[in-house]
Amino acid sequence: MRKSIIPGFGLTLGFTLCYLSLIVLLPLAATFVETSKIGWPAFWHIVTAPRALAAYGLSFGASLVGAAINFVLGTLVAWVLVRYHFPFKRLLDSLVDLPFALPTAVAGIALTTIYAPNGLFGRPLAELGIHVAFTRLGIVVALTFIGLPFVVRTVQPVLEDLDRELEEAAASLGAGRWQTFARVVYPAIAPAAITGFALAFARGVGEYGSVIFIAGNMPMRTEIAPLLIVTKLEEYDYSGATAIATVMLLISFALLVGINGLQRWGGGRAESDAKEEPAMRPAFGLGG
Amino acid sequence: MVNAIPASFAPAVSESPLVKRLLIGVSVLFLGVFLLVPLGCVFAIAFGHGIAAYLASFHDPDTLSSIRLTLLAAGIAVPCNLVFGVAAAWAIGKFEFFGKSLLISLVDLPFSISPVVAGLTYVLLFGSHGWFGGWLSAHNVQIIFAVPGIVLATTFVTFPFVARELLPMMSAQGNDEEEAALTLGAGGWQTFLKVTLPNVKWALLYGVILCNARAMGEFGAVSVVSGHIRGLTNTMPLQIEVLYNDYQFVPAFAVASLLALLALATLVVKSAVEWRSAVLERGTK
Repeated sequence: MRKSIIPGFGLTLGFTLCYLSLIVLLPLAATFVETSKIGWPAFWHIVTAPRALAAYGLSFGASLVGAAINFVLGTLVAWVLVRYHFPFKRLLDSLVDLPFALPTAVAGIALTTIYAPNGLFGRPLAELGIHVAFTRLGIVVALTFIGLPFVVRTVQPVLEDLDRELEEAAASLGAGRWQTFARVVYPAIAPAAITGFALAFARGVGEYGSVIFIAGNMPMRTEIAPLLIVTKLEEYDYSGATAIATVMLLISFALLVGINGLQRWGGGRAESDAKEEPAMRPAFGLGG
Repeated sequence: MVNAIPASFAPAVSESPLVKRLLIGVSVLFLGVFLLVPLGCVFAIAFGHGIAAYLASFHDPDTLSSIRLTLLAAGIAVPCNLVFGVAAAWAIGKFEFFGKSLLISLVDLPFSISPVVAGLTYVLLFGSHGWFGGWLSAHNVQIIFAVPGIVLATTFVTFPFVARELLPMMSAQGNDEEEAALTLGAGGWQTFLKVTLPNVKWALLYGVILCNARAMGEFGAVSVVSGHIRGLTNTMPLQIEVLYNDYQFVPAFAVASLLALLALATLVVKSAVEWRSAVLERGTK
């Protein structure tokens, strides 16, 4: 490789590494070092306590359900936005990113107000015997909201680039519309949809702000894992909070590796007309 | 298929109008229930007791100080991450080196960490029981439960935004234009300002806007390090929580409406930037 004449490599890389170490790596290292001080038996005791297990189970379960709802309806929304024309389509398309841009506390109080027993949706649902706010169902509603843009925004560009001739070929060979979708369109968009699902799931597991208002926050029943960390901190139980946080960090890293793998899988399939579209990636991050 | 012509003659490459309408209906209903209703709810309750009650919400000194603190935290975190983003995109986008893909993953790392965990990591560093806690209290410096902690937590959660938007643009542009400028005698700094920056300015603007929206709206990480001291360490999202838990719904939603407007403005800028880059792309083809 010839030497680049472009200047500033040492300066920019040095600054990048220093800033990264100070803001991100040092605090994360502190967490792992503090965890190692707890000792294995005490650590295991904290992270497998029934209350902790219930919290992981709830965070995982509710995120899984929310991501599954978004997998189905997000794919449908992407399809409708790419293939059909209808009034206010551009407006709705822009609004899909709202959960990324709206602060989670705002989303939290708005959803709680709507689904509270005297709220706009809460009242008619309560009459049907369905209670949303302050139950696990409420957590699923909040996580569905938070994860909504991921599947839409991962599937949309793939659908736009999809060659319509493949569908015409399938149809002229006698496939029905549903069969064409299931056998031709779906396999092409599946990697993107699964990536979106995984992103929505990862975001849901760490989500805090939008959930705590609607959740009710009862230990063992409606207490999510990030809330358990906050509760332990407020009780000055630093080792408890640190141990749970380490479990969450390890889960985050595992999900990150999995999502990178999924994206490589999806990228490999779309290699033929791979064009980088940075603006279309979900870029608002996971968490809140 | 409800086609006038038998299916064997007209290949079914689109859905029947009925199916089409049904799919559009379900999508619009889903987006309406999950996006439009919550957004409308914020403004409906904020203005529910009239505009005078809405404006009166902003006479509360604690609310005003929360707005100031949010502006301060974003005002420090966003420029820091802007400088970092430009430096990281330059180093990663313009050069090849060992460990590059690992560095990209590390830059993205704060996105995948729960904000509560991010806040906790700073408590473990700077809290009274933390690594630097003893030294800090000996020198009378308070970081946790004070403004510096809020700024640090905000910087952590918004860390990747600018870098992530700039990086694909910088590497897609290649080095040819910069090399030409340098060969013609331009200095490094001049090359950056006159050649690189104009090429990436829209991505830069977009990254800054996203970074700012998240910085002003961050809740979980800031909540952990703030200590919730009214009038001192509550940012706007934390003030919303305080007001809401006090059953002061109009003031809570009034503060929320400011953040909702910020979110809408962010979406408008995002659409404008995307529209512009789509027009430019069409222009070059």
